[in-house]
Formats: sequence, C-alpha cells, structure tokens
Amino acid sequence: MNPENSSSLGKDAWLRLRANRMAMVSLFILLAIGLLSLFGPMLSSNAFDQQNLDRIFESPNGTYLFGTDNLGRDLFARTTYGGRISLSVGLLATLVSLIIGVTYGMISGYAGGRVDAWMMRMVDVLYSLPFIIFVILLMVMFGRNFLLLFLAIGAVEWLTMARITRAQTLNLKKAEFIEAARALGFSHTRILFRHLLPNLIGPIIVYATLTVPAVMLLEAVLSFLGLGVQAPMSSWGSLIKEGAEKMDAAPWLLLFPGSFFCLTLFSLNFLGDGLRDALDPKSSED
Amino acid sequence: MSRLVFSRLLQAIPTLWVIATLTFFMTRFAPGGPFDSEKAIPEEIKVKLESHFGLDRPLFDQYALYLQNLLRGDLGPSFKYPEWEVSELIATAFPVSLTLGVLSFIIALLIGIPGGMIAALKRNTWMDYLPMGLSMAGVCLPTFVLGPLLIFAFSTQLALFPPLGWYGGSDWVLPSLTLGLFYAAYIARLTRAGMLETLQQDYIRTARAKGASSWRILTKHAARGGLLPVVTFLGPAFAGLISGSFVIESIFFIPGLGKFFVTAAFNRDYTMVLGTVLFYATLIICLNLIVDLIQAWLDPKARQFK
Repeated sequence: MNPENSSSLGKDAWLRLRANRMAMVSLFILLAIGLLSLFGPMLSSNAFDQQNLDRIFESPNGTYLFGTDNLGRDLFARTTYGGRISLSVGLLATLVSLIIGVTYGMISGYAGGRVDAWMMRMVDVLYSLPFIIFVILLMVMFGRNFLLLFLAIGAVEWLTMARITRAQTLNLKKAEFIEAARALGFSHTRILFRHLLPNLIGPIIVYATLTVPAVMLLEAVLSFLGLGVQAPMSSWGSLIKEGAEKMDAAPWLLLFPGSFFCLTLFSLNFLGDGLRDALDPKSSED
Repeated sequence: MSRLVFSRLLQAIPTLWVIATLTFFMTRFAPGGPFDSEKAIPEEIKVKLESHFGLDRPLFDQYALYLQNLLRGDLGPSFKYPEWEVSELIATAFPVSLTLGVLSFIIALLIGIPGGMIAALKRNTWMDYLPMGLSMAGVCLPTFVLGPLLIFAFSTQLALFPPLGWYGGSDWVLPSLTLGLFYAAYIARLTRAGMLETLQQDYIRTARAKGASSWRILTKHAARGGLLPVVTFLGPAFAGLISGSFVIESIFFIPGLGKFFVTAAFNRDYTMVLGTVLFYATLIICLNLIVDLIQAWLDPKARQFK
C-alpha cells in the first residue's frame, strides 16, 4: 500500500470489489441475513421462546414458516433470534481480538529489537497451546456467561492478527512520513495511533472479515457441546445441535439453522477473499 | 537439527509449567468442588474425602505438592473415580481418540493432496472448478452439520454404517469421514495454491526442458515446494483435530479423551482436568516439533534460519 494514493484507496477498492461478482453476491446475502436476524424476531407473531404444545413438530407451513420444534416453538423466530446471538458473538469477539492483536502487533513491530523478539516469541509459544481446551474449561467452570463467551473467544483469536499487524508495521516503520512525524517530536502513542494505524486498516479489515467466520465456528462448536448459550435462548450452534438430535423426526430443525450458518460462513469467506483482492491487488493469486 | 530439537525441548518445560499453574488455579477458583454433587453427601464424609485428597490444606501447599508429584510423572488419582489413576484413564481413552485422529488425517491427506494437485495442473478447467467448489463447500460445512447429514444419508436411509458407538471397523467409517473431509477441503486449497506457485518456478521449467516426465516433475520436483503450505498448516491442523474430535465424539457417542475431559470439567475432577490438559499440551508441543522438522527437511531456506 502506498501512502501517496491512500486518499483514493477506498474508492479504488470499492470499484474492484464491485467487479467481483462472488464478493457482491456474498455481501448481499450477508446483508439479507443480517436484516433478517435484526427484524425477524419482530416480524414473527410468536416469540422465540413461546411454547405451543398443541403444535409440536409441525413441518414448515403458513403460520410457522420454518416449522416448529419438540416444544412447539417457532423455528423461524428461533433461527432469526439465534442469528442475532451468533452474529453479535462473531462481531464482538472479533472486535476483542482486533483490539488485542492490533495493539500488540503495532507495539511489537514499532519497538523492534529485543522487545519485538520477546513479544513474538510469546506469540509463538501461545500458538502451540491447546486453546480450545482452555475455552472449554472456562465455559464449564465459570458458567455459560454471554460476556465470558466472546471475551474467551476473542482472547484466543488475536494471535494471527498480531502477526499480520507486526509484519505490516515493520514495513511501514521506515517510511518517510513516520520519520517526519518523529522529527516533529510527536509522542510514540500519537505516531502509533494517528499515523501508523490508518495505514494498517486494509489488511486489518481483510483479516477481520476472515476472523468473524472462525469465531462464529468456535461459538457454534461450544454451543454444540452444550457449553455456549443455553435454552430457551438460541444460537445457530445450539439450534444445529437440537436439529441433529431430532433429525429423523423433523429434518427441517437441522436444515434451516444449518443453511443459515453455512451460508453466512460461505459469504464471509468469499467477501474476505474479495476484499483482499480489492484492497491489495498485488497479493491476489490469479 | 539437533539444536532445534534441544532448544524446543528446553522451551517446553516453562511452557508446561505455565499451563499447569494456570490450569491449577483456574480449576481451584472456579465455583463448586469435586464432592458437591447433586446427591448431597453427608457433611462429615465430604470433609473426610476432602482431607483424604488434601483439599483442606492451604492452596499453595496443594499446588507445591501437585508440582512435586508431577515432576515424578505422577498425575495422581482421579477425584471422581478414586480407584483409577489419571494416567490409567488417559491410557484407556486416548487410543480411541488417536485412532479417530489418525484415520481422519489419512482420509484428509488422501483426498486433499491429489485433489489440490489435479486442480493446479488442470487449472481453470472443470477439473479445477469441481474439486475447488467442493472444497469451498467443505470448508463452510462444519463437522457438526456434516456429521448428522452423513448419519442421515448412510445410516438412516441406506443403513450402510451404524450411526453411533465405537466397537468395530464399521463404526469408524462415518466419524473419520466427517472429520477427515473437513480437513481434506482445507488441504486441497492449500495444495492447489502451493503447487500453482511452484509450477511457475524456473527450476520446473529446467526440469521440463531436460525432458523429465510430467509425473516425475509433479512428484519429485514440484511436490517438495508445493506442499510446504500444507506442512505449515499441519501444526494448527493437529490442534484443530483435537477440538474436532471433541465434537465428533459428542455426535457419534465415542468414548474418547475429549468426552472424558468435558465430563471431568463438569464434575470438577481437578486432577483429571489437569492431567488431560497437560497431556494435550505435551502432545501438541511434540507434534509442532515434528512439523518443524518436516518443514526444515523440505525447505533448505528454513533450515538455514534455524
């Protein structure tokens, strides 16, 4: 990324992204799923946790668009409500990992020398730890708290972000505009956050887009193991778990949450690829 | 090479110590204890049990004692099943998880590498699009969706394989396939990207000019460089296989170590939790070392830097 053309970078990138059909389709799918998750629970005449024992295991019909589960709860309301949970965990946990990873990476790269070597050594060591085990341990032992859920996931997923930010910082650190800022006597904090950070936005956005699906997957794994959100609340992971258990009687219980989840992951991955090509044309493979 | 091994082993000691300490205090500070089950035990028995396992002593004494025993390789008895040593429980459950992991891994490599190679060779033809499309779908179809779907297709509908359990060969098929296909998808993508880059190198052109057959170029010249990204991925993949096996064991009701671990955490079986965490950590450290050695063997440049 050249600092000289940074003013038009956003516009250029948007034009390139618009030319990428798969990325645009993904963007629309994501918008649709996001809007459905936001407004779906309100559109549905049944609350997500309202039981109706007269109408259990109904296949999709006019009243219940996605059918009902073993307690007669409306699957449409549950799936869209689960979307709220899954998407917000995905976004919040990614935000946590961004804040930790970017700060850590910038400091490490900017400080350089021995500090950098030690900080990266630590990342290497952390990389080799069985984090999933710690997350499971945390969730089991300290209760399934929503806040804890995304803090734990975010604390696990920051390592790659730190590496990417550091590599980028090392490249930029020698640039003339940083030297100029230093010559003007600006404080390190100001140089880091006002001068360096804006030039790191590209790779950060790309990697964040790719972190969201990873985080959502982790949340779903936890919910699937029964360690994530608890009934009557729902997330896509917990709905998929219920669906998998009752697949023979009511396949739609797996089908709808499963499709929403897979479609979201699919779109996020494609959008991430598209953004990478758009923001950094040099790195694209083909 | 031996310096790499030595420094890594040296580094493993503080790492394991940090893990042991972290896990020890995490389990102790968590609410609940191993003898607070729903069936209330009489108070005096609980006190007796706790003093038997040294739980009534100051926390730091317990910690020091645990580390001492650990140095002698003693993980202690399970709190929940006092007649069992933790190491015995791990020795019973781990072979199950290991079989699952190895089988899945073989499936992933057997499908992923040839798939990716074909896609790279026949770039931009249907032989590229088909495997890559499938692998994109595979990456986005998590094991806990794929597993139930496979059960539905091959067990409920076709009645080819049993849907759950872990008794014989036919029980192994669906679980290993579920876990293996997910990684096959990743490996295929990495292989394709790596091969595409390598096939453009000058030394491949040289080999071709010298009249080497395209099979020989592929297996002998290109595979070495082209598979490097795959090898780099193996480290995270091993860690992923472990968390993957947690899910698979829960879908197919397999009595593996993952299931033991989650149960132990629910039961507040302190020694079992600690033992399993340390076991997994050692395993991952060893596997990462092996990955680095393979990488050094494949890539002369990485060898020099280390």
